[in-house]
Parts: sequence; C-alpha cells; structure tokens
Amino acid sequence: MTVPLSWYLIFATALFSLGFFAVLSRRNAVAVLMGVELMLNAVNVNLVAFWRYLTPSDLSGQIFVVFVFTVAAAEAAVGLALMISIYRTRKTINVDEINDLNL
Amino acid sequence: MNYPSVFNLTWLIPLPTALAFFAIILFANPKKRLSSNIAVGAVILAWIMSWAVAIVFFLNPELTEHPFDLNAPWLPMGTITFHMGVAVDAVTAGMLFMVGFVLTMIFIYSTGYMSFPGHLDPAKYPDAAKEGLDPRYSRFFAYISLFATGMLGLVVANNLLMLFIFWEIMGLCSYLLIGFWFDKSYPDPKQITPKQAGLKAFLTTRVGDVLFMMGLIFLFIHAGDLNFQAIFGNQEFLHELSTSTVNLPFFGAVTWAGLISMLIFWGAIGKSAQFPLHVWLPDAMEGPTPVSALIHAATMVSAGVYLIVRMSPLFSAAAHGGSGVMMFVAFIGAFTALFAATIAVAQKDIKKVLAYSTISQLGYMFAALGIGAWVAAIIHLLIHAFFKSLLFMASGSVIHGVEHGHHHVHEHGEHGHEGYFDPQDMFNMGGLLKRMPVTGWTFIIGGASLSAFPLITAGFWSKDEILAHAWADGHMAVYWTLAAGAFLTAFYTFRQIFLTFFGSPRTEAAEHAPESVRAMTWPLVALAFFALFGGFVAVPEDFPVIGGLASDFMAKLMEMQGEFYGLHVAPAGFNWTPALISMTLALSGIVVAWLVYGRKPLAAGKPDPLRKPLGPIYTILENKYYFDEFYHLVAVRPTLWLAQFFFLFDRNVIDRIVNWVGALGRWLAAALRRWIDEFIIDAAVNGAGLVTTWTGAVVRLIQTGQAQNYLLILLLSVVVLLLLIPLK
Amino acid sequence: MVGQILFIIIAAFTLLMGLGTVVARNLFHAALFLVGVFFGIAALFILLEAEFLAMAQIIIYIGAIATLIVFAIMLSKGMMGREAGAYNKQWYFAGGAMILFFGLLSWLLVKMPFAAANASAPDDAIQQIGSGFVGHYVVPFEVASVLLLVALVGAIMLARERN
Repeated sequence: MTVPLSWYLIFATALFSLGFFAVLSRRNAVAVLMGVELMLNAVNVNLVAFWRYLTPSDLSGQIFVVFVFTVAAAEAAVGLALMISIYRTRKTINVDEINDLNL
Repeated sequence: MNYPSVFNLTWLIPLPTALAFFAIILFANPKKRLSSNIAVGAVILAWIMSWAVAIVFFLNPELTEHPFDLNAPWLPMGTITFHMGVAVDAVTAGMLFMVGFVLTMIFIYSTGYMSFPGHLDPAKYPDAAKEGLDPRYSRFFAYISLFATGMLGLVVANNLLMLFIFWEIMGLCSYLLIGFWFDKSYPDPKQITPKQAGLKAFLTTRVGDVLFMMGLIFLFIHAGDLNFQAIFGNQEFLHELSTSTVNLPFFGAVTWAGLISMLIFWGAIGKSAQFPLHVWLPDAMEGPTPVSALIHAATMVSAGVYLIVRMSPLFSAAAHGGSGVMMFVAFIGAFTALFAATIAVAQKDIKKVLAYSTISQLGYMFAALGIGAWVAAIIHLLIHAFFKSLLFMASGSVIHGVEHGHHHVHEHGEHGHEGYFDPQDMFNMGGLLKRMPVTGWTFIIGGASLSAFPLITAGFWSKDEILAHAWADGHMAVYWTLAAGAFLTAFYTFRQIFLTFFGSPRTEAAEHAPESVRAMTWPLVALAFFALFGGFVAVPEDFPVIGGLASDFMAKLMEMQGEFYGLHVAPAGFNWTPALISMTLALSGIVVAWLVYGRKPLAAGKPDPLRKPLGPIYTILENKYYFDEFYHLVAVRPTLWLAQFFFLFDRNVIDRIVNWVGALGRWLAAALRRWIDEFIIDAAVNGAGLVTTWTGAVVRLIQTGQAQNYLLILLLSVVVLLLLIPLK
Repeated sequence: MVGQILFIIIAAFTLLMGLGTVVARNLFHAALFLVGVFFGIAALFILLEAEFLAMAQIIIYIGAIATLIVFAIMLSKGMMGREAGAYNKQWYFAGGAMILFFGLLSWLLVKMPFAAANASAPDDAIQQIGSGFVGHYVVPFEVASVLLLVALVGAIMLARERN
C-alpha cells in the first residue's frame, strides 16, 4: 500500500488517452477496436484502484469490473463480426472510407 | 397494511402491450389482421387490469392514506440502491381508469381507420390495396402498442427515473407516429410534411426534456432517491430544499426547490406543448388521426400535467419558500389557454382547430395547478381526455368520409377534380350531419363538452371548478384570462360544428361522404357517454339542486389524496357570480358562432366571414402569430452558425481554405440577401421555404459522415470543460 | 518501497505496450502488443489485491478477446489495409488534444483530495463477489447474461455468409 492512489489514476489516464488517440486517428477499424479495449482496461484499473483505496469493504468496484468484462467481450464479438461483414461488402474497413452517415 | 391482492397486478399493466409490440415486430409483421388482433387483445387485457386496480382503489378510499407501493432493487450504486417499482394512489387510479379505456377505444378505432390511405398509389402497393389496408398497417399497431406501454408505465411508475424513461419512450413513439406517412408530400412546399413534423416535435420536446433531466439530477443529488413517496413523505427534506439557496448567474439566489421545480416544469412545457414550446403540436397533426387522438390529445400531452400533479408537493414547498414558480405555472397556463384559443379561431383545418384547443385546455390545467386547484386540474385532465379524444376521432371519421366521398366522385367521373383536394379543410365540408349522423352527433356532444355547455356536459363541471377556484382564491387575472378563453373556446368549437355539419355541402366530396365503419363509430359512442356523464363524479356538493342528486366522490377522493401529500385543496365552494359568468360566456360564445356561421350557412368558395371584420388580426391569427418563423430566426439559424463553425474548425487542411472562403462568401451573400428579404420585403412569408433549402445545403456540409470527426469534437468539448475547472 | 518500484516497472511496461498497440503499423503486431497490455493490467490487479479479477482478466481478455482479434486479423488478410497510411488526416490534431486532455486530467487528479481508507482488503473477497452476483446485483447479472446471448446471436448473424 505504499503506492499512492494518484499514481494509479494517472496511469489509467495515460492508458485511456492512448486508447482514445487510437480511436480518433487510426484508419483501420480493428485498430480502433483495440483502442477501445485500451480505454476499457484503463477504466477497470480506476475501478479497482478506487475500490482498494476508498471502500475496501464494499466490493461493488470489483463487481463492476466483471460487468465491464462482459460488455467488452460482447463488444469485441459484435464489433469484429461487423467488420467481417463490412469487409465482405465493401472490401475495406478503413474508417474514413466508411462515411455512409453522409447521405 | 393489507392491500387487496388485485394490486399485485399493477406491475403487469404495461406488460401485455410491450409483448404485443415485440410479437408484431418479430413475428406477426407480414400478417396485417393478425397484428391488429394481437395489439387489440393486448390492450384489452391492459384495460381490464387497469380498471380492476382503479375500481378497487375507488371502492377503498381509505387507501389514500396508505398508497400502494411495490419495490424491487434495480441499480445498486455504492451506498445507495435505486429501486424500481409501481405505486397506486388516487391520481394513478384515476389516470388508469382514463388511460386504459381511451387506449382501448382508440386501438379499436384504428382497425377501421388505417385503411388504404388516399395519398398512396395503389399500383405501387397492390397487395395492401387489395386488402384495403395501409401498407404499413402492422407497423402502426406495433408503434401504438409500444406507446401504450409508455403511457401505462408512466402512470404506474413510482419514481421519477422510471417516469422519465417511459416519458422518453412516448416521445420516441410520438416521433415515429407523426412521421408515419413519411412518404407523403404536398404540392405546396411551405406546408410541413409528416417527416418534418415528426422531427420538429422530437426536437422541440427535447428542449424541455433536457431541462427536465437537469431538474431530475439536482433532485437526486439532494434527496438520494427519486421515489415519489420517499421524497414527498419527507416534510423536513422539502422544507430544507425550500430554504437552502443556490446562486445562479442572471437570476441571483434561488431556492433549490424553486430551481428544481422550474426545471421540471420546463419538461412539462415541452411535453404538453405550452407556450413557448407549443409549436410542435399543431404540426403533429400530420400523423394519422388515431395518433392525434391518442398521443396528442388524451395521453402523452397530458403526461406533462400529470408530472406537475405528481410533483405538486415540491412546487408548493417551493412556493412556501418564497419562490415564484407557482405563479409562473399559473401565468404560462393562463396565457397559453387564451393565446391558443385565439389562434384556433382562424384555422381552417379541422384537426388544427382541435390541436390548438388541446393546447388551450392543457393551459387551463396548468393554470389550475399554478393557483393550487390541484383537484380541479386532475378532474379536468381526466374529463378532457375523454371528450378531446372523442372530438379527434370524430374528426378523423369526418376526414375519412370526405376522402371517400372525394374518391367516389373521382371514380365516377362526375367532376374532373383538378389539383389537390384537402379533405381536412373545413371549408370543403358542410352539411355532413345528414351524411354521417353518428359521427356528427358524437362530435356535437364532444364539442358541447369542450365548450362547457352548462349542466349537461362533463366539460362544464370540470372547467367550472377551475374557474370557481380562481375566483374564490382571488386570482382575478387568471380568472378573467380563463373566462375570456372559455368564450373563445365555445366560439371556435361551434364555428367548427356549424362549418362541418350544418348548412349544405360545399364540395362534391362532402355531398358523397359516407358514414364510417362500425369499428370507428362504436368507440365514438362509448366515449360520448363519458363526455356527457363523466362530470357527475365531481359535482360540487353545494351546487343548487344537482349537487344533491349527483356525486362528488372523485373530487373527494382526490382531495383526501392531496391532504396526504400535504397539499391544501379545500373545495372552492359554490358561488353564483363566477358560475353565472362562465355559463353566460360559454352560451354567448355558442350564440355568436351561430350568428356568424349557423344562421346563414357559408356558401361554397366564400371566404371566412370573420376575415373582413377582423382584418389584419385574422391574418396574424391564421399564421399563428408567426411563431414558427420567429424560431427559425432565433434558434435554427444560430445552431447552423455553430455547426458551420465546427465544420470549418474540423477541416484543418490548407487547400480547403480556398474553397472555404468562396463558400463563406456565397453563404454570407445568401444570408445577407435573406436578411433583406426577411426584414424589408415580406417578413416571414418566404422565410420558411428559403430556410429549409438553406438548412439542407449547410447541414450537408457539416455532415462529413465520419464518426472519428464527431468523436474529435466530443473530445474537444471535454477538454474545454476541463479547462473551465481551473478557471473557476 | 518495493511496491512502488514494482508499480513503476509494471506501469512502464504496460504503457510501452499500449504505445506499441497504438503506433504499430502491422495489425498483427498491434494485437501482440495489446496482449502485453492485458498482462500488465492483470499484474496491476494483483498489486491491488484483486486476485480474482487478475485471473478473469487473463482468461477473458487474453484467452478470449485478444484471441478473437488475432483470429479475425488472420482470417481476413486483406483487412490489414497496408496500402494506405495507418493514420487519418486529423491524427496530429487528435494527438495534441489528447496530450492536453491527459495533462489537464492528471493535474486535476493530483489536486483532488481522496479520503483513502487505510483498511486491508477482505479475505473473503471472492465469496463476497459471488454472493453479490446472486443477491444484491442479481438483476444486472441477469441482464449481462442476456446481453452476452444477444451478442452471440448477433455476431453469428452478422458474420455469416449471405447468399
């Protein structure tokens, strides 16, 4: 317990920023998805750190991490399936070429 | 406390229609009749359960002291666990009684109404045309089932968060159903299409909803719970809320209770289409008529009133703490009541008149809540739902008849109808009472109820109670505003009745209009019963003669419920002066309408006889005080400015700048030309059309369609917010 | 002291792996870096005395999600899209905003006082998590299972060959 809480928080912020950067600027959709995974992991570190330092007797922090796992697994499965499906029809998964919102 | 076991059904009430929604969407979609049967069966089940709960509650008035409340843990958040559940008190019981019945009537009516629509080309939809049903018949029933879930859920919800969720479900259904005929277009480009009307409704109510949600969050921060009974049963908390203050920019110090109730009231303003967010409701009439009857008259728009009824303890606490929020509610309500009534006088579309009348009647309810006439507001809310849905459904039957008449004439080639025929224009009707007797008479009953025809209609008893309260409590400004509104209400209602049903037909279509099918006329008759006799549950005890004969159990029940919530809701007591004034005004409105429209029926092709004596005022009323144009100027345009700004911000590539300067120049020139156009040439008449084109052009530019661009804007907003923290 | 040194080593390793994930042009390499990140996070969980989560992290993230990504990449080689640059046009802008975001947020976090409770982690944490899922958190737990089922069906529907 000699590590201050803020170290964990700053570490998580850095990881989150890296992930968000990937989401914002990678062209390949799979790389974007990996960025999302980084962001989710950063959030998990925060949740666990807050649990350990602020409310060790209440395990809600850990339980929420498990829910994040669930959502992350669902997100990865559906996201990759979407990419395969998009790749099949459009022969690309570059995010900047998929701009059908602009109709 | 032992509750009758039927209350355990409460949480099941919204369920059948929700299941019907999924069943239709997933399985029954291709079979049109099966879909409507599922929906009607589900709503009848919901109706039976809601009446069972409501009637058991009515029979046990002592339950007002111990409202039923059923909870289950929902969202555990650290030390707080958020519960979801259902509650039944007198207000809920009254609403269940009304909503269950009206929903069922409208579902049945819809099975007849949603026949193959006149604006579609039968050649394009051969199957649907052969069946004689709307091509999207199943989808319609799926949507209204989901809507029914939203409304029933809202009524039984025992906390504000669930109420908000169901509130938004209704908002979504409203959007989907207004734009139900999204492929419909008009020859006149200035006339709003269903697609645009849906968007307009959604975006306008969103303004109120965001403020509502802010109020909800503030309330949660202070109370740590959103359960109605937990908040309102805690007098200490309410007192604390009404004494602690917060400093706001521009407004100075306000109490928390005042701030929260003001924010919540804005949600109600949006949903119930009160001034200044009233603009969406008249355009919402682009939806199919059952939708107008269901969502935009009886249920969803009255949810705003219901919300304020629910939150009344907070409002009255705020008023005790010296906040002017109740006065604001009364002002908005009374002003809207009169304002919308004046507009209704000069409309020619049969449904638009009713739409403005709905806005006006909702204004009465808010005015009643603002002056503390809690019971009167609830009773008027319930009775209004019966007669207004009746009026809408009867008008739908009229439109249907005229449209059929038009087709009949067209097919037989007796007259080549060139151009566009508007089956909703009252000046194309006349003499329909003979052609459509059931529709006609039920419409007249509904209209008499709306005009508060003395003694024999339900509307008289409920509206009179509001006026009596305003008089007795000394709110003279509110009283005279509402009384003037009552005169106008009687006038425009009978203007509508005389134009539509009396005289002689002004078009071939009206001459050949057939009576509607039974699925449509029977619900009208059932609703007409309540429009006439519904008021006899709330006749003041001391009303001469009738007070002794009729009952006031509903008013008593609500009164007890109000006492439980710490609201002082003593009956106003009978007073000859206001009663006679309001009766005289209602009757004189009818007489004036008869003098103008009834005595000498309007001939075909003649303009409205009001146009000449009123002169420019008529034009202003006809154009609804130019509110739409005003909003285009102050809201839509700055939004587009902002959007344009972000777009330019986004495209940080140098070579784009050249194009950008050119586009900006062109755009500025267009904007300047438009300014001159708008302000010098003819204020707002051309405005709407131009704004639409221009909106399209600019919005197309900002939509890069790239999610990453949008996300970058999101990140930048977060950075700006973070920068604000050290500045503080 | 030992804890601090351990933390710095693990954190530096994880962030380096994260940087690798973000900058690697080859998607396959990026995926391998991502596995490194997941390991680092698991190590941090152990440091935080959340052993159950560390195990779950390895099983779910590395065992399932990372494998899924690697398989998806290998199954469709063309998806790598090596012909164009790895970054879009707004990358430097996004990077600048990101650094600003990181700086502001960490400054804020350092300044923010947190009332740390100097208690030790409960011994029966895993038991408490288990009973939490079937007690207090039963509704979200059930919803999560439905979500997984929906994702399963949805992924199959999306990825199957359509004729």
